[in-house]
Amino acid sequence: MKKLLLLVLLVSTACMTYAGGYRVSVQGQRAIAMGHTGVAVVNSAELVFFNPAGLVYLENKLNVSAGASGIFTDVLYQNSDLGVSSQTDSSVGTPLNLYGSYQVNDWLALGLGVYTPYGSEVTWPTDWAGSHLVNNIELAAIYIQPVVSVKLSDHFSIGGGPIYVTGSVNFNRNLNRTLTDLEGNRSNITVDASGVNNWGWSLGAMFSPTENFRVGFNYRSEIILEAEDGDATFANFPNSPAVPANETTTFTAELPLPAELTIGLSYQYGEKWTFAFDYNRQFWDVYESLDLQFGNGATSLNPRNYKNSSAYRFGLEYKATDKIALRAGYYRDESPVQPGYFAPETPRNDSDGFTGGLSFAINSKLAIDASFFYLRFEEVNASYDFYTENGQSVPFEGTYKSSAFAPGLGLTYKL
Amino acid sequence: MIKKNIKYFALLALGLVACEPEFDNPIDESGVYASGEADFSTYVALGNSLTAGYADGALYITGQENSYPNILAQQFEFAGGGEFTQPLMDDNTGGLLLGNGNALPNRFVLAFDAQGNPSPARYTGATPTTDITNRLTGSFNNLGAPGAKSFHLVAEGYGNVAAAQAGLANPYYARFASADNASILGDALAQSPTFFSLWIGNNDILSYATSGGVGVNQLGNLNPATYGGNDITDPNVFANVYNTIVTSLVASGAKGVVLSLPDVTSIPYFTTVPFAPLSPLNPSFGPQIPTLNATYAGLNQAFAFLGVPERSIQFSTTGASAVVIKDESLADISAQLTQVLTPTFGAAQAAIFGAQYGQARQANANDLLVLPSSSVIGQLNTDRLQELIGFGLTQEQAGQLAVNGVTFPLEDQYVLTAAEQAEVSAARTAFNASIRGIAEANGLAFYDAAADLAVVASTGLPFDGGVITSQFVSGGGFSLDGVHPTPRGHAVVANGIIKAIENTYGASLPMVNPGNYGTITLNNDVN
Repeated sequence: MKKLLLLVLLVSTACMTYAGGYRVSVQGQRAIAMGHTGVAVVNSAELVFFNPAGLVYLENKLNVSAGASGIFTDVLYQNSDLGVSSQTDSSVGTPLNLYGSYQVNDWLALGLGVYTPYGSEVTWPTDWAGSHLVNNIELAAIYIQPVVSVKLSDHFSIGGGPIYVTGSVNFNRNLNRTLTDLEGNRSNITVDASGVNNWGWSLGAMFSPTENFRVGFNYRSEIILEAEDGDATFANFPNSPAVPANETTTFTAELPLPAELTIGLSYQYGEKWTFAFDYNRQFWDVYESLDLQFGNGATSLNPRNYKNSSAYRFGLEYKATDKIALRAGYYRDESPVQPGYFAPETPRNDSDGFTGGLSFAINSKLAIDASFFYLRFEEVNASYDFYTENGQSVPFEGTYKSSAFAPGLGLTYKL
Repeated sequence: MIKKNIKYFALLALGLVACEPEFDNPIDESGVYASGEADFSTYVALGNSLTAGYADGALYITGQENSYPNILAQQFEFAGGGEFTQPLMDDNTGGLLLGNGNALPNRFVLAFDAQGNPSPARYTGATPTTDITNRLTGSFNNLGAPGAKSFHLVAEGYGNVAAAQAGLANPYYARFASADNASILGDALAQSPTFFSLWIGNNDILSYATSGGVGVNQLGNLNPATYGGNDITDPNVFANVYNTIVTSLVASGAKGVVLSLPDVTSIPYFTTVPFAPLSPLNPSFGPQIPTLNATYAGLNQAFAFLGVPERSIQFSTTGASAVVIKDESLADISAQLTQVLTPTFGAAQAAIFGAQYGQARQANANDLLVLPSSSVIGQLNTDRLQELIGFGLTQEQAGQLAVNGVTFPLEDQYVLTAAEQAEVSAARTAFNASIRGIAEANGLAFYDAAADLAVVASTGLPFDGGVITSQFVSGGGFSLDGVHPTPRGHAVVANGIIKAIENTYGASLPMVNPGNYGTITLNNDVN
């Protein structure tokens, strides 16, 4: 049985796929396996992220959950009119999460979480057809959050805490479609910033009208990462006073990590079955434009005009034995990208997520959690219409097809 | 129960293993594009500088990579096209070492002066490294040879290195000819081509035009061996050699595409410098206008007296004035002029005036000033200065009479007059009729490049990032030599050829987006 699991994971990792956008929903191995539901599921310390209000209902004094997923990513692009096609480099992202909670007394629990809800890693072939929009991007944001969970009654609890975010970004693209130096090397700009920090918060509530039925609510605030004095490197510009010099200058930019509201429920049927449903509302409308101001006076304005989007998540758990719990889930993730704003740095359209996983209890304290998800995107004809030349919009059009596969492993410890 | 569930779980996971994304219709799979009746497996391109990818007054690697044949070959790859090799230069500097101490100059780049004014200049950031005595080995699909005329393609020894050094053969072809006595057509046929493109004949008229018509119109002379470099080829010579090239290629089983020859007036080399470039606001010209007009008044009286008042020369103090040119088609009245002017100026000076203005007139809208004239107009002609001093004039007097286009008439090589244009036009019309006729007779695709270039020159050709025009420097269609296309211009040509091939052979190929191709190169390494 364990061999089978291993086989499944091995076979899975051989398969290269995509994870797009920059909201990456991999904040807990048990939750992932259930369609990334969890706002009303009282199961493990993963609640620090999903709903701190639920921590106080955990049965054990000390709960720790740690996990990591390997995200295998692939995006295909083609334009049949022009005979051009490209494929992102199948790089592997490894989001981590670590949660712990401690039951202080009957009505109070404290917790701490480290997780990475936003991130993106997309690497197109250098100088590909859309290189004036992006060659490669690597975006990471680590959330560190202490929480407090308070039981107000047997049926109602609240929880929350401040969030400290530290982010980094590395982004390269060509200046435009044609500028080169004398040797034909494309003029390009790399921006790099790390240690970009800011604060936010989250607040949750949980209502448990009966022992087997819970309703949860969680809100995580928006956090704007403001990069100031990051490095911007101008490379392969021709030696001419008409264009910027090849040098490293500074840049400032803002990248929003949008707020997210989740409401959901869980229902336990008998001893073995648990059903969960989460609804996420992601407030992407804060992401209006990605504007860069460079230290040498150059600017880069990139309208994004995202809209708020929703995700609908369904999860199921089956406690097969005392030692084994099996999980499966499905979710529908709507894209925040509006028509005409489909930029290949976040090539994200609506997707269907299929998830599964299991926990195996080694003993009464320690369990191994395994999960996977497969994210299937529709093939989509899309364009980004806000790149301009000579004041004229030059759409970047084509067909995209992407998918993501992420196997993950974790440990749950309770005392 | 457990085992059963695990089994389902495993099945589910294995089913998802086929998760690498794939398009419903991937363009790199067969069936999306088609070659139709054509076979692109061995494509050879024959032609001149346009085919070679020559641009900015030189041949260099990125220009070659963006040549229309190389662009076409990349699109052909979607429909069975094979490898396409080019005799790439050794650098992007553009000059060419002839192996005897002489060299062809580097490419033009667009440089900015301290005031921020752009102008083309020869790149001096590096010395050329390509040497024609390092002959390349192997065969090349792109056989374009800058400077080649129609009859050169069949000329054996056109790539002879020693002859090229002596100026009697083509240094570009010498780099990659299969042998010293090889011909371009022979080197093409040796590859057993399945498809060819042929764009030849431009230089049969263009060298005459770009040299301001200093050559000879060889109409009626059927022996090209007697032609000078700047002459117009006889249309029968052209038709014969063109037919030989095409029928040889077709006889080997190849299909192909041929291109028409564009009008010289559609290229910025002839349309950039206005006939009336002399502005009264120019500080080195404006203040002198009253003196100049007073001097010319005497000459104008003589013109009137001699019955040629239309040759009068006068500069406007309020608007731009036409340059003074020497028109070789005018009756030479030097002797009469000298006679008339002698009482006023004395015999010696009258003789100088007579000789200088015997075929002079101001330019008009029908005259085309060539691009290089822009750097000489209004400048002191030092050769003429020394000549005049030799005639006994003082330095000051000589200086006043030796200003190009103002006092010293612009010489023949700077002006393509209406009569010279007519000769070029007549030859071009005949050549194009031959090209079209030979294409039809052999069932070849025909791309009317002349028509597209005329659109570029008149209304401009829209693309997704603007409009491609023949405006010098800024238009996007032409490189800094004013004659040869930019990579974007080559992309337009490639698209035109693709359409012609699709129409004739029922092929289906992807087009290219001209907006993805660059134009001119900025660089300030120009000393």
